[in-house]
Amino acid sequence: MQVIAEHKGCGTSGGSGKASCGSQAGQGELPTEIWEKVKNHPCYSEEAHHHYARMHVAVAPACNVQCNYCNRKYDCANESRPGVVSEKLTPEQAAKKVVAVASTIPQMTVLGIAGPGDPLANPKKTFKTFELVAKAAPDIKLCLSTNGLMLPDYVDTIARFKIDHVTITINMVDPEIGAKIYPWIFYNHKRYTGLEAAKILNDRQLQGLEMLTERGILCKINSVMIPGINDQHLLEVNKAVKSRGAFLHNIMPLISAPEHGTLFGLSGQRGPTARELKALQDVCEGEMNMMRHCRQCRADAVGLLGEDRSAEFTTEKVMTMDVKYDLEMRKAYQAKVEVERVAKVAAEQEELAELASEMSGVKLLVAVATKGSGLINEHFGHAKEFQVYELSTTGAKFVGHRRVDHYCRGGYGEEESLATIIRAIDDCHAVFVAKIGGCPKSNLLKAGIEPVDQYAHEFIEKSAIAWFKSYLERVQSGEIQHVKRGEAAIRQGALISAA
Amino acid sequence: MPFKIIASQCTSCSACEQECPNVAISEKGGTFVIDPKKCTECIGHFEEPQCVAVCPVDNTCVIDTSLPRY
Repeated sequence: MQVIAEHKGCGTSGGSGKASCGSQAGQGELPTEIWEKVKNHPCYSEEAHHHYARMHVAVAPACNVQCNYCNRKYDCANESRPGVVSEKLTPEQAAKKVVAVASTIPQMTVLGIAGPGDPLANPKKTFKTFELVAKAAPDIKLCLSTNGLMLPDYVDTIARFKIDHVTITINMVDPEIGAKIYPWIFYNHKRYTGLEAAKILNDRQLQGLEMLTERGILCKINSVMIPGINDQHLLEVNKAVKSRGAFLHNIMPLISAPEHGTLFGLSGQRGPTARELKALQDVCEGEMNMMRHCRQCRADAVGLLGEDRSAEFTTEKVMTMDVKYDLEMRKAYQAKVEVERVAKVAAEQEELAELASEMSGVKLLVAVATKGSGLINEHFGHAKEFQVYELSTTGAKFVGHRRVDHYCRGGYGEEESLATIIRAIDDCHAVFVAKIGGCPKSNLLKAGIEPVDQYAHEFIEKSAIAWFKSYLERVQSGEIQHVKRGEAAIRQGALISAA
Repeated sequence: MPFKIIASQCTSCSACEQECPNVAISEKGGTFVIDPKKCTECIGHFEEPQCVAVCPVDNTCVIDTSLPRY
């Protein structure tokens, strides 16, 4: 039996002083068998998420737990939110969709089933889908995301289907707190409420987690941070899941806009600010790997984490597609991606070597506009999100992302959206872009955020470190003063359509 | 009196379909319907009607008072 929890994983990249797989040419301190499992998994490895894509298939509509932050009834095409889907699929449709997507997006390496309900409340549909996909596309990794209520009953089935990544959403280990999050569960043909419901759920979740890690299945824990309810308690959750061998902890901000119709949205329960979220993630990081690149994606998401392409693969379109599964083409494409990946890490190491001699306590955040491959390759006006890195003399460390509305709509910028973009990255000292217009440039400068476009189409970490060196030099020479930045707001509910 | 599903409230989650001991629930026109001839209100099977218990939207599986008891 292997003890996974002892190993530092890919959930975070370098910067904490210790080598981890984000800062070395990949593997870092991870044992080979675990590295093989996570290296191309965009959710389990921050570094991989720049290069590899995943997809979800919505075959599991039923749910056995009601959560106050969830509502599966409303779908908006532009919304990235768990539980949201545009159409449900049969296992056969899902398998066809996987083959279609894998042929179009060769860097798609992972298939997940994440609802819109709970995959294990729909065991027949879920496992039938995995069976069909394993046959049609044998190189694709399988994973599922569950609330954990039925997990102990299905651990052996999960192992038999070679599903080696499981995500469990655990928001509490104290039923008193659980009762504030879950109004009811449906278990053994009976509806339970209150403390009793929360206690059953928690027992089953922790038991399921233990059983999975015993079998060497990698477990990610998702926790929704709900200020005033479980924000402080998540430290305890973190300890509880770490001690049971969880590989990665993903603390996500509550999404609670009133228009989503969730109980928390309607009761005015607020979500955390960017700073509150980062502070909690930072405290928990001493305990275990933290995931900070989660996009809280739809249950039918397709593509790179930052770029949802689900609209290209509606059932109607997929069913008319004539696709052939070409394993060799996929392998060749992924081999090219690996070359790029190694170059990116090497470039970062080279830049970092010079920075290591600098002595400075300065730590600051920068935002980056990217559309993947680890490059600064997105225009400011086209960015749907910015990736945020913390820079210090130990290097560039990924700490999160901020969703924004496009600045450019139909070729012209809008003042309103610029203001919201600035609010979203107001804790950053600079924003790295491939290109930026004169007007947003001057407005950003006015707001105290330096627009940086001289590293267009170069690697993110390498460029950020190079810029940071010049920043430190400018501070030392007295050319500029280092000042602290403000607070940033987390954009609720992702993109809102222009209409 | 058999149960019925209020179509305008049904989220088509299908949670009820697999819990019904009488296989009385099926998908029709995007939402789920209960066959009144098969519904037994779960009497003899469970303490409470399973479609009501498992439905994530309150007041969606309700008694159809227009029909006689089975």
